[in-house]
Amino acid sequence: MGIRERLLRERKAIQSLQDGYVIKVKDLTKKFGDFTAVDHISFEVRKGEIFGFLGANGAGKTTAIRMLCGLHRPTSGSGMVAGFDIATQQEDIKRHIGYMSQKFSLYNDLKVWENIRLFAGIYGVNENLIAKKTDILLSRLGFMAEKNTLVGELPLGWKQKLAFSVAIFHEPEIVFLDEPTGGVDPLTRRQFWELIYEAVSRGITVFVTTHYMDEAEYCNRVSMMVDGRIEMLDTPKNLRTHFGVESMEEVFTLVAQNATRKED
Amino acid sequence: MKQFFAFVEKEFYHIFRDKATMLIILLMPVVQVLIFGFAITTDIQNTEIAVLDQCNTPESRTLVAKMDAGSYFQVSGYLDSPEQIDEVFKKGKIKMAVVIPPGFSRDLTEGETAQVQLVTDATNPNEASIITGYLQNIIGAFAMELKPENPPLPMVNVETRMLYNPQLKSAYTFVPGVIGLVLMLICTLMTSVSIVREREHGTMEALLVAPSKPIYIIFAKTVPYFCISIFNLLVIILLSIFAFDVPIRGSFLMFFLASITYIFTSLCLGIFISTVSKTQQIAMIISLMGLMLPTVLLSGLMFPIESMPALLQGLSYLLPARWFIDMGRVIMIKGLGFSYIWMQWTILMGMAAVFLALSVRGFKVRLT
Repeated sequence: MGIRERLLRERKAIQSLQDGYVIKVKDLTKKFGDFTAVDHISFEVRKGEIFGFLGANGAGKTTAIRMLCGLHRPTSGSGMVAGFDIATQQEDIKRHIGYMSQKFSLYNDLKVWENIRLFAGIYGVNENLIAKKTDILLSRLGFMAEKNTLVGELPLGWKQKLAFSVAIFHEPEIVFLDEPTGGVDPLTRRQFWELIYEAVSRGITVFVTTHYMDEAEYCNRVSMMVDGRIEMLDTPKNLRTHFGVESMEEVFTLVAQNATRKED
Repeated sequence: MKQFFAFVEKEFYHIFRDKATMLIILLMPVVQVLIFGFAITTDIQNTEIAVLDQCNTPESRTLVAKMDAGSYFQVSGYLDSPEQIDEVFKKGKIKMAVVIPPGFSRDLTEGETAQVQLVTDATNPNEASIITGYLQNIIGAFAMELKPENPPLPMVNVETRMLYNPQLKSAYTFVPGVIGLVLMLICTLMTSVSIVREREHGTMEALLVAPSKPIYIIFAKTVPYFCISIFNLLVIILLSIFAFDVPIRGSFLMFFLASITYIFTSLCLGIFISTVSKTQQIAMIISLMGLMLPTVLLSGLMFPIESMPALLQGLSYLLPARWFIDMGRVIMIKGLGFSYIWMQWTILMGMAAVFLALSVRGFKVRLT
């Protein structure tokens, strides 16, 4: 692939972002054999938004995210992420997004700075810049003393904050967070969300799945997925008024009660 | 390319920080060579025999002295009656009893055929026939010396020469075998487990969602194991040269080429196993049960392939180690060149190509 060609594609992508949407998805579907994991979902995500992606286990969230990230090829439907086509330009997409998976995905047997350098290096961040930014990042997180600690020795909450920081180290357009706060205490979750807000203030769009309904309140808009389809999509406030209830917890229960799929 | 080296560096960290595994990898070849060299040896050395000399004449005593003389046998018991033979075998220290009947000297001097009886403990049939053969040689030599001026006329004089390994040292055959075993263990088992581990921990997903090339990830995994394999190869070779006097008669370079080909094939096999196993345990079981066991039993490392039933011989064709061990023996022991190993070499390369093609296919299927 020539540099020129790539620059052209980048320019086209930037142009298509002019309307303010970083994700545009239409009738996106993924089938595994007879099973339709994701069933014609359509939605848009605005630049700088925190977009909550809710759903019970097995509703198809992870499959949807994997299609958006270019890990799965959609069976049908179309979509753009960061201005690139998810069916044909997965490699360009990968360069413009960050991803933090459900499973903890830094290397436990690498030191904190080695993990940062490895992943930043994969995104092609320049060596000097990595070194400089690593120090800034670690002192902001209060991890400076742990720079040479093996990641496996850190507490879970720290690991997750670190994984998030690594996911946005290369300043992506969008960061996908797949249940980033699973299993950590409320205080750490709060601190984690502070990090998310800080990323948003730098112009990064956040696409997040979660099980915690209090976290859904922190999102600008949430979508609720049931059996592979998006049943509801609105701001938390509108959703609550629509159903006439007090909390997102109740909204979710009302929306998800018709689910037929079992948890996987 | 920079990305590739970053991956390689990471793989080295993984291995070097796992102290226990590291120790096993580095000590295993040494231990295996020593075990095969000293314990599982089929060489005849100081085998204890008992003698029932019912003749007790200068001739019979000369024969016994000859048996005792070399390093093969040690006469450790003199028996008085045939009943004692059973007894000494039950005690188990004696592998063979030699009975020289009363008429031994008389028959010899009168030109009759003298009789000697060899009673052997055939619990281990291989060993029994080997020591019987050795002792028959000694007795034969004794008979030749006794009447050199008057050899019995209608006799075929059999002269045996043991080519390539005149002392029949088993080290000659096991060294290529151990190399084959150790390299397979490191390249195939370790590689497959380490790839599957990344998938299990979810780090593979993190790498794939980043703009990293899958082929870099996989090849970077093989680099450290390749280096360790080369290191182990050299250790085994040095050990066998200095501890067991095993020569490399052929070209060292040729042997190195054969080894690298085998390492390459094993790595490809390891990658292939990783694409078909979901968990580390499965990868381990496939490598150990499906590969290690057949390699030990069928590759010609311990038992000659020629004497196996046809079905097992057919199975042995599928084992990369079989072809490597073949090449190793041809180069190291026989000292022959490439024209004698091209077939084995080509088969190994073919296997590598097949495993690689299957892996690439498996990897793609997983991603769509």
